[in-house]
Amino acid sequence: MTQLTPILTRNWDQDDSFTLDGYGEYAAAKKALGMDPDAVIQAVKDSGLRGRGGAGFPTGMKWGFIPQGDGKAHYLVVNADESEPGTCKDIPLMMANPHALVEGVIIASYAIRANHAFIYIRGEVVHVIRRVQAAVREAYEKGYLGTDIFGSGYDLELVVHSGAGAYICGEETALLDSLEGYRGQPRLKPPFPAVAGLYASPTVVNNVESIASVPSIIANGADWFAGMGTEKSKGFGIFSLSGHVTRPGQYEAPLGITLRELLDMAGGIREGHELKFWTPGGSSTPIFTAEHLDVPLDFESVGAKGSMLGTRALQIFDETTCVVRAVMRWTEFYAHESCGKCTPCREGTYWLKQVLKRLEKGQGTEDDLATITDIADNILGRSFCALGDGATSPIHSSVKHFRDEYLKHFEIGGCPFDPAASTVWGSK
Amino acid sequence: MSGKPPVQAARVANEEGSATMSTGYAPEVRERLETDAKEIIGRYPRPRSALLPLLHLVQSEDGYISDAGQEFCAEMLGLSKAEVVGVATFYTMYKRKPAGEYNVGVCINTLCAVMGGDQIWEELSEHVGVGHDETTEDGKITLERLECNAACDFAPVMMVNWEFFDNQTPESARQLVDDLRAGKEVAPTRGPRRLCTFKEASRVLAGFPDGQAAEGPSAAGPSLEGLKVAKANGWEAPKAEGSSE
Repeated sequence: MTQLTPILTRNWDQDDSFTLDGYGEYAAAKKALGMDPDAVIQAVKDSGLRGRGGAGFPTGMKWGFIPQGDGKAHYLVVNADESEPGTCKDIPLMMANPHALVEGVIIASYAIRANHAFIYIRGEVVHVIRRVQAAVREAYEKGYLGTDIFGSGYDLELVVHSGAGAYICGEETALLDSLEGYRGQPRLKPPFPAVAGLYASPTVVNNVESIASVPSIIANGADWFAGMGTEKSKGFGIFSLSGHVTRPGQYEAPLGITLRELLDMAGGIREGHELKFWTPGGSSTPIFTAEHLDVPLDFESVGAKGSMLGTRALQIFDETTCVVRAVMRWTEFYAHESCGKCTPCREGTYWLKQVLKRLEKGQGTEDDLATITDIADNILGRSFCALGDGATSPIHSSVKHFRDEYLKHFEIGGCPFDPAASTVWGSK
Repeated sequence: MSGKPPVQAARVANEEGSATMSTGYAPEVRERLETDAKEIIGRYPRPRSALLPLLHLVQSEDGYISDAGQEFCAEMLGLSKAEVVGVATFYTMYKRKPAGEYNVGVCINTLCAVMGGDQIWEELSEHVGVGHDETTEDGKITLERLECNAACDFAPVMMVNWEFFDNQTPESARQLVDDLRAGKEVAPTRGPRRLCTFKEASRVLAGFPDGQAAEGPSAAGPSLEGLKVAKANGWEAPKAEGSSE
C-alpha cells in the first residue's frame, strides 16, 4: 500500500504556514547559492523531477537548455495561471505555503543565471495573490531577494504579476506574450522559450509545484527525491480529488499511486454510489472508467492506457452523471477559451459545441457522433497549441467508452439523467 | 531599463497633437493614477509589460475599463489606444461596461455544474433578476458564469470579487447576495475577514497590497484532507540520508 508523503503540504495545518516564521529560513536557497549554478542544474537533473504543470518535461533538462555566457538577460517565469478544469493544487499551495515557491524561484533563477523572475498568477484568486505578494515582501526584507543575496554577490528581482482571465495564458508562450503586455496568444515554436522567451531572451517557464519542489531536492539531495515514485516518474506530487468522493481534497503522494489507493484514503465514492468516469489530470486528459482504478498514476502508465497524467486533477463522477452533459460543458469551456489564433481550434471548438448541445438535448442522430469525431480529428495535431488538442480528449474518450449513452439520448429524445441526482444535496 | 522611455514617447505624441491628453480624469485623480502607474511600470524590464496591471489599476478607479482609462494606459506606455483596446478586450476580467460593486460568479464548468453549480446559477439568476454579465439596478451585483477557478475540491464554488465562497448551495447563494445588497458584512470562506469591493480587489491585482494577506486560514477543509490521513497513519516523507532528524 502506497503511503502519502506530505512535503509541500506538510505545514498547511499551521496557522502561520504562509509566513517566514512558519516556513523557516531559506536554508536550501542558502545552500544552493554556495554551489556552482551548474551543480544546481545537475542536482535537479539527477532528481528526475519532471514538470508538474501537465506536460512532464524534465525540469533540469529545461534549465540546461538555457545558453550560458551569451551576454543576454535570462528570465525565470513561474506559470501560476492554474486554470485547467479540475486542477486545484497550485492555488492552495500558494495560499498556504508561498515561501516554498519563493525559495524555489531563488534557486532556479540562480541556476539559470537569471536576475529577474516573475510569478504570473491568474487574476481570479485575490487572496492567493495577497499571500504571494506578502511572501515576496518578507523575502526582500530578509535579504533573500534583492542584491547580494546571502552575501553571494547574486542579485534577483522578483515580480508578482496578476493575469486577467484567460485559460490560454497557461500555455507557456501565450503566457509570455501576456506578460509582455499583449493578447495572450501562443507563439510558433521553435524557437522555444529557452532560446527566445520573454523579450526574446532565454527564459525558463516552470509550473508552481515544480519550482516549489526544488528546495526539498536541494536540501535533501537528488537521491532522496528519486527514491520516491517510479523509475521514470520520480518524486512526489499533489493529487487533487474532486467530485463524487466522500472526502475530496489534496493528497500528496509518490507518483505511481493508484486511484483505488487514493479513493481508499478519501473514504471512497460518496455513499450509495459507484464510480462511472474520471479524469486523471484535468479535462484535457482522456477520461478513464472503473477499469482503470489500478493504473499507476505516473506519466508512463497513464500514457500507456491512452490518457495523460496531466496535473493529477482527479475529477470523479458517479453513475448519476450524464457523460454527454459533462463533455458538452467542457467543450463550451474550450470554445470560450480558444484564443482565435488558429482556425482548427477556433472553428472546431465552436462547431463541436453546437453539435454537442443538440446531442445532449436528444435532438441529434447517430451521424452526429461521426461528425464530432471527425471535427475532433481535424483539430488534433492541427492546432497551434495544446488547447486544441486538449479539447478533443473528452470527445474521443467519451465516444469510445460511452457510445451507448450518446445513442440513448436520441433514442429517448432527451437526457436520460436527472441532474438533481448528481448534486451535492441531491444524494441526501 | 526604467519606465522613462514610454513617458517620453507620450510627451512626443502630445507635442504632435494626438488626442492623448483628452483623458477624462480630474487633475488630482490623474496625478494620483500617474504616480501609481509609474511605480507599476518601474517593476518591469520593459514598460509594456505593465499593461495588464495598469488595466487593473483603471478598474480600481472606475470599476470597469473606461474610455478615459484606456487613453491613460496608452499615454503612459506610449501605445496607441487601439493597442490598449485590443488587449483589454482579450481578457475576461476586464469589464467593458460599468459593473456592480460586487462581481458574483458561479462556476459552471463541468465539475461544479454537476455538483450543483447549474442549479445555483439558475436559482440565483432568477432570484436576482439578471443574467450573465448583467448588473442589478441598484448597481450592487453583477452576475457572471465562471469557468474553473481552481477550487474543485470545494465544489460547488462561487467567487465574489475574486474571493472564495466554497461549498455553496442554492440557499447559501441567495443569502449571500441578499446580504451583499443589504450592506451586511460578508466574509469569504478562505480570505480576508471583510469582503473587498470590486475596486479594492482590483487595486491588489494592480500590485498594491492591502495589508490583509494574514487574514483567513492557511488552508481549510479539503485542502487538509490528505495531511489528516497522513498524520492519522503516521505517514511521513522519507528522511534524507544522513539527516539528523
